[in-house]
Amino acid sequence: MITRDPDRPSPDALLRLAKREARGRLKIFLGAAPGVGKTYEMLRQGAERLRGGLDVVIGIVETHGRSETEALVEPFEVIPRRELDYLGRTLTEMDIDAILARRPALVLVDELAHTNAPASRHPKRWQDVEELLDRGVDVLTTINIQHVESLNDVVAGFTRVRVRETVPDTMLEDAEIEIVDLPPDELIERLKAGKVYVPHEASRALGHFFSKANLSALRELALRRAAQTVDAQMLEELRAGTAPGTYAGGERVLVAVSEQPGVEILVRTAKRLADALHAPWTAVHVETPRTERFGPGDREQLSSALGLASSLGATLATVPASSVAAGLMAQIAEMRATQVVLGKSRRSWWFKLRHGSVVEDVLRQVDGVAVHLLPMAKVTQQGRRAAAATREIGWWPYLLSIGFVALATAAAELLDPLVGVNAVDLIYLVPVLAAATLFGLRVGLAASFASALAYNFFFLPPLYTLTIQDPQNVVTLFVLVGVAIFGSQLAGRLRSQATLGARSARENAALAALAQTLAQVSDAASTAEAICSETARLLDVSTVVLGRREGQIAIVGAHPPRDSLGAIDIAAADWAFNHGEPTGCDTGTLNASDWQYHPLKTSLGILAVLGIARDDGKTPVPSDRAILLATIIGQAALAHERIWLENDVRELSVLNERDRLRATLLSSIGHDLRTPLTAVVAAAEALPAVGEYALTIETIRTEAQRLNRFFDDLVDMTRIESGALNVVPEATDLTDAVSVAVHDMRKVLGERRVQLTVPPDLPLVLADPKLLHHILINLLDNVAKYAGAGTPVTIEARRPPDGLILSVLDQGPGLPPGGEQALFGRFERVEGSDRVGGTGLGLAIVKGFADAMGLGVTASNRADVSGACFSIIFPNDGLISPRQGPA
Amino acid sequence: MTNGIHLLVVDDEPAIRRLVRGALTRVGYDVSEAGTASEALSHIAARKPALVLLDLGLPDRDGMELVPLAKQAAAAVLILSARNATAEKVTALDLGADDYVTKPFDTEELKARVRTCLRHRNYGAAPKTVIRVGEIEIDDDKRSVSRNGEQLHFTRKEYDLLSELARHAGRVLTHAHLLRTIWGPAHEKDVEYLRVAIRAIRLKLEDDASDPQFIRNELGIGYRLDADRLD
Repeated sequence: MITRDPDRPSPDALLRLAKREARGRLKIFLGAAPGVGKTYEMLRQGAERLRGGLDVVIGIVETHGRSETEALVEPFEVIPRRELDYLGRTLTEMDIDAILARRPALVLVDELAHTNAPASRHPKRWQDVEELLDRGVDVLTTINIQHVESLNDVVAGFTRVRVRETVPDTMLEDAEIEIVDLPPDELIERLKAGKVYVPHEASRALGHFFSKANLSALRELALRRAAQTVDAQMLEELRAGTAPGTYAGGERVLVAVSEQPGVEILVRTAKRLADALHAPWTAVHVETPRTERFGPGDREQLSSALGLASSLGATLATVPASSVAAGLMAQIAEMRATQVVLGKSRRSWWFKLRHGSVVEDVLRQVDGVAVHLLPMAKVTQQGRRAAAATREIGWWPYLLSIGFVALATAAAELLDPLVGVNAVDLIYLVPVLAAATLFGLRVGLAASFASALAYNFFFLPPLYTLTIQDPQNVVTLFVLVGVAIFGSQLAGRLRSQATLGARSARENAALAALAQTLAQVSDAASTAEAICSETARLLDVSTVVLGRREGQIAIVGAHPPRDSLGAIDIAAADWAFNHGEPTGCDTGTLNASDWQYHPLKTSLGILAVLGIARDDGKTPVPSDRAILLATIIGQAALAHERIWLENDVRELSVLNERDRLRATLLSSIGHDLRTPLTAVVAAAEALPAVGEYALTIETIRTEAQRLNRFFDDLVDMTRIESGALNVVPEATDLTDAVSVAVHDMRKVLGERRVQLTVPPDLPLVLADPKLLHHILINLLDNVAKYAGAGTPVTIEARRPPDGLILSVLDQGPGLPPGGEQALFGRFERVEGSDRVGGTGLGLAIVKGFADAMGLGVTASNRADVSGACFSIIFPNDGLISPRQGPA
Repeated sequence: MTNGIHLLVVDDEPAIRRLVRGALTRVGYDVSEAGTASEALSHIAARKPALVLLDLGLPDRDGMELVPLAKQAAAAVLILSARNATAEKVTALDLGADDYVTKPFDTEELKARVRTCLRHRNYGAAPKTVIRVGEIEIDDDKRSVSRNGEQLHFTRKEYDLLSELARHAGRVLTHAHLLRTIWGPAHEKDVEYLRVAIRAIRLKLEDDASDPQFIRNELGIGYRLDADRLD
């Protein structure tokens, strides 16, 4: 077991702090009720910072036409609102793109809980604020306490006004909170004086909402919430720092979520509990055979509850099990939960009899776990009936079961003389049991009644009448009904479990098949195709995999095939790519798109985006398949990562092979060809250069040297062409570069006088000294080739404001006008210059080396005298002002 | 009629060995040849040559490994190197090699370098306190520099640098070596300190600072005080 030094900062806490530092800072002005002066306070503090020189703008502030507030808005720059057309009306919203383009240091955003107009980027304003913070912009904002998600129920409970616009608690947790407080009496005064703008939702219950009792309660809630946030933040800082003993040890909260209405209360309670305990929490849904029979209403309810839990920060888990209690126990054991939140449903005794009571089962089994019970609203039967209706089975099973009863009657008639009338009733168990197990409770009951009637009619005296004389007949009827009930229950449960198991098995098999398919593909396109078709099959949706080509979103694969997407769909996919978050249908971002996009995150970054959509425009992934989808996304991401890595390895091996060939070529020119040349040169020098052979020996020497320079050119050109130039820039003194080049070329230049005009106070240049040397050598060689013997050469350096220019000027015939720059191409020579010899590579090498070092080169004719001028241009960022070392 | 100075040529190319040997024997040296590193090592141990002319590309071992071994045997080391091997030259010089000649080399240049290497080897035995280079005199006792008898003002670093170059006159001192010796190991990469100091020295000592003759630069490698003007 790993033990951690308790004084050490927790890495998670440090990470969270680091994240917070890169983000913009959020300050929330929290008020108990409208009218306490939040907007006023926000504007006042914003103005203070504006006067302090900070770049503050107004993103959106509602003045409600009040002159006091309008006067406060005056000094600020207000970002114009965005206009949106919605059903013929023009709505205005905060223009988040304009704010991001303007990039202020601080933005004022009123009413954090506001719901944006449809077709906005985010459905809620708090999501806009999140984006601003993510992009590093600080935000001041306002909110009333009843809009805080986890307090929504509490506030609705005593004010009887429920607000639909809520803000997740996580927003508050990372923010600096300032309470804007006004004693209830004063607030009521202001209200009476008409100084309070009352939002629409509160006006309905105005009198009630603004009662003194309510305002006091709200005020207390606000103060407590602010204190709690401060506590949480302090704890976080402490954990990141080294204060020992502040870790709230190992609490884990579990909340059971079902399809029942009102289950949101459980979720919010669990959130508050988890916050108070600083514990992680998980919302669990147990998939039982009953889950199979959920109607659309149930599913919607369940997915909205799970969605709420997820938005409040819960981890979601779905556990398949034969009963809710068993599933919960398994999850409690797995996550070692210490606190469990359950709803005590007010179900009918009938329901409990059939399904047992979850609460009682759990209470019986748990050990050392605190269980919190909350009463839940009574379940209405509508939803249930609707659910049952979806399983309508038609009339033929009834006919068939009547047929069974008829058969049993016939059999009983045959056996009656042999076994006697008392044993005959047992025969009727057969059709009842058959009907109940095959077709369920209703048909089973019908069969049992039919059996009882048939038994009565055919076998009980008086025969062929339906009168009951004997209590035995009543008993028989009850027994048959009982058998029908229990038989149908048992068979029904087995059948459902088998169906669920079969679905599970089907999903597992499909996942295994997906993994297998993905393991076999070897390129991005077939990976995308495999993911699309398998996902489409598994989830019964349309799918698309999008990748990036040259910065554009492009379809890599789709099922069914398609080659384009709408603009909003592309925008949503782009967002998923850039932000690594799910977008589109049913998410918090760009949900006007029909598609839901999931980024495929890998260690190499986001390589692709998986899009899913249902043709009927419904939620692409019901919550009970969310875990399956998560598995698919994981597999798809893994497959992409593998393909990318494989491609890298393949490209690398091709490159390596090419590098090896190049290295062989270079070394063979560099060593194998030069070695005999060295011998030739040395041998020629060993001969006495006198007498009749003097000229011959001199020819051997100069031609060998020329051959050597050709080799140099060839090696240099190969290096340039293959991108194998290894540039090692170093602070270089042009004085050194020029004097060494002139020194090395002395023999080649012959009688030519070299004039150096390189001021000693020039800045140093950042250049690879070897490459720079070769540039100069080639330029001087060029002079030797084209300018007549004995003409002077000038090398001069100048320092215009935009850089440094080093020029080599000759007094030769000059360059043919118009074609100066073309000279830098390969094998380019001045017209009719074949006789001077040379590879024609010299200037191409000059250009190649200069490009590699980020230098410019130009060729022109001299203005003063006839002659060519070649210049190397060092840009300003490649210059180093001489820096004296420490004395 | 040899001068009694024994040299060893180590190269895997017999043609090169033969030519180098020929050129140097003609001016009076006693020259032996070795084609492999192991041959060279046994030769160094047995005959204690004054100078080893070393090609780095040997068939059996990296020639670089021979540099410190030859230095241990009190031999000067002159590297016979291929072109474009700047990093290799720097490594060899830092390991203690005295100088290098690039192939294909000029025989005259080779002979001059051999002379310098041998002279330098003798300096090591008896260090002088006054070094005279042309009209310039460097007095290590008084830490003073004069030109034609006229005192020149040098900063401490400039003096240290000039003195270090002069004490190894004719030999290339790598940038890293100079920076380490004068400014300390922490400044080994600060080439611009060196450039600025060299400029200052050149302005005081050179006839034309833009065409320096006295302190020569070896591109990407280091500086050399020209030994041909050394008395």
